[in-house]
Amino acid sequence: MKRSRRRAFLGALAAHTALLTIGLCFALPFYWLVVTSLKPDDQVFQMPPVWWPSPVRWDNFPRALQYVPFATYTLNTLRICALSVIGTILSCSLVAYSLARIRWPGRDWVFLSLLATMILPAQVTMVPTFTVFKWLGWIGTSLPLVVPSFFGSAFFIFLLRQFFMTIPQELSDAARIDGCSELAVYWRVVLPLARPALATVGLFTFIGAWNDFLGPLLYLNDERSYTLALGLQRFVSQHGAEWSMLMAATTVMTLPIVVIFFFAQRTFIQGVTLTGIKG
Amino acid sequence: MNGSAPSHRPRSALTQTARRDLRNGLLFAAPWLIGLTVFVAYPVAASLYYSFCDYDAIRSPRWVGLDNYRTMVFEDDLFWKSLWNTAYMVAFGLPVGLAASLGIALLLNLKVRAIPVYRTVYYLPSITPVVATSILWLWLLNPQMGLVNVLLKACGVADPPGWLTDPAWAKPALILMGLWGAGGGMVIYLAALQDVPEALHEAASLDGAGPLARFRHVTLPMLSPVILFNLVMGLIGSFQYFTQAYVMTNGGPQDSTTFYALHLFNRAFFDFRMGYASAMAWVLFVIALACTFVVLRSSARWVYYAGEAR
Repeated sequence: MKRSRRRAFLGALAAHTALLTIGLCFALPFYWLVVTSLKPDDQVFQMPPVWWPSPVRWDNFPRALQYVPFATYTLNTLRICALSVIGTILSCSLVAYSLARIRWPGRDWVFLSLLATMILPAQVTMVPTFTVFKWLGWIGTSLPLVVPSFFGSAFFIFLLRQFFMTIPQELSDAARIDGCSELAVYWRVVLPLARPALATVGLFTFIGAWNDFLGPLLYLNDERSYTLALGLQRFVSQHGAEWSMLMAATTVMTLPIVVIFFFAQRTFIQGVTLTGIKG
Repeated sequence: MNGSAPSHRPRSALTQTARRDLRNGLLFAAPWLIGLTVFVAYPVAASLYYSFCDYDAIRSPRWVGLDNYRTMVFEDDLFWKSLWNTAYMVAFGLPVGLAASLGIALLLNLKVRAIPVYRTVYYLPSITPVVATSILWLWLLNPQMGLVNVLLKACGVADPPGWLTDPAWAKPALILMGLWGAGGGMVIYLAALQDVPEALHEAASLDGAGPLARFRHVTLPMLSPVILFNLVMGLIGSFQYFTQAYVMTNGGPQDSTTFYALHLFNRAFFDFRMGYASAMAWVLFVIALACTFVVLRSSARWVYYAGEAR
């Protein structure tokens, strides 16, 4: 008995040692990001490295944020994120409803088209899509980044369809007998029950739009319409050596994602289970 | 529906329902049907057409037959170089990343305390914006002042690599940075690991299987569908590797990080050789499709589906 407890203790010790060592490797870059952003310029390049700045230069943050119009970038990014989230949730839930809750000929073909587009590399459609938006006169506006989300995204339609399939059909039937139209069944019965799945889709869309780089790079050419991702990249190419300010700006871009994660951990984990790819 | 002509009514009611369902089905699916036409079907067809054209997005496309493909294969050295760089990431970066994700998932599946804290720490880097990650690692991998080399020197490595400044080390540097994001695949493995029935491990233990044998003969087969999923997703992602290279190195040093998608982007939006870029996109698609096909075909031999053949 005593021996087995000793073995369990040693096992836990080994596990924690491994977890802690790797955890440190994962956390250290974040630590270095924040510490560098608070350093006075001369301590950034000091050798051996300074592990905690003195004095702590909080004003690196306002300096970095004034250097380039980061407030504008943030507002631009938030606007694109918000519209993308609304568009994606609306369009994907409608299409998923059609694929999961209504029986109609051709439905399986539409479902197949979802799967097919998922393996299509973005590079194939990139050039013609660009020329379409150019023809519409949308280059330089955020429309190309927002409008497509109102027409559904294959992965999220797929994800919502899987979730809608699990809602008992009897609920819809009961509502129909009570005289609900299909739209009312969608809006009053299925959507309220699908809130967790919709939250996951909204969250992933928000983060995707917040992190997107290729889209803004292709379509935004006026500094006033830049998003954070694009603004930050331009900041690097212009002020590549001012590391403390660069790290301050990078922290500002990363922080919201970290905060969102802490508030929505359960929704994140749910998203993984929702993809329904478990053996 | 309880009318006087039962032989007629039910049938017409049925077709009426069917018609209504078809109408509703199409209406609800309309966003995607329009999106599929405008953002997928048309671009795919146009891109195939452009790939046989000389096209600069200003003048209308001019048919040149197979010229773009011929130039790519016989004249564009950078095409081959970028293909090699991308193959390098697929051959080395992808397996290393998959193994790392699986490794930390196994660690997190241990029954010890404070697992939620570790899970958070491991997962966060994977949702950090790619541009932010790239800039942070540009600083960490700085040959003189970067934390990575400072720590390597502290560990007794006298002459640490120049990472992104050295053509031989630039791709390994990007792979190293990719490992920091291994938490994305990890959560998927973790969800699957928690679904492996405890009874299987107990049965194997009773039969005298040690930890290694149980990993090899119980855990791995049960995880194989998820490994396949992560492998296919990783494969498609590796072929499109772009942002990190664009932000950190812009293809250098000596084109050692000019990946296929970066080369393609520069031809399309730097030189405005849209036809050539479209041809490159189709070659990429065919290669990616072929690799995915081979993986899926081989999966019949190594992926075990628990629901199958009970």
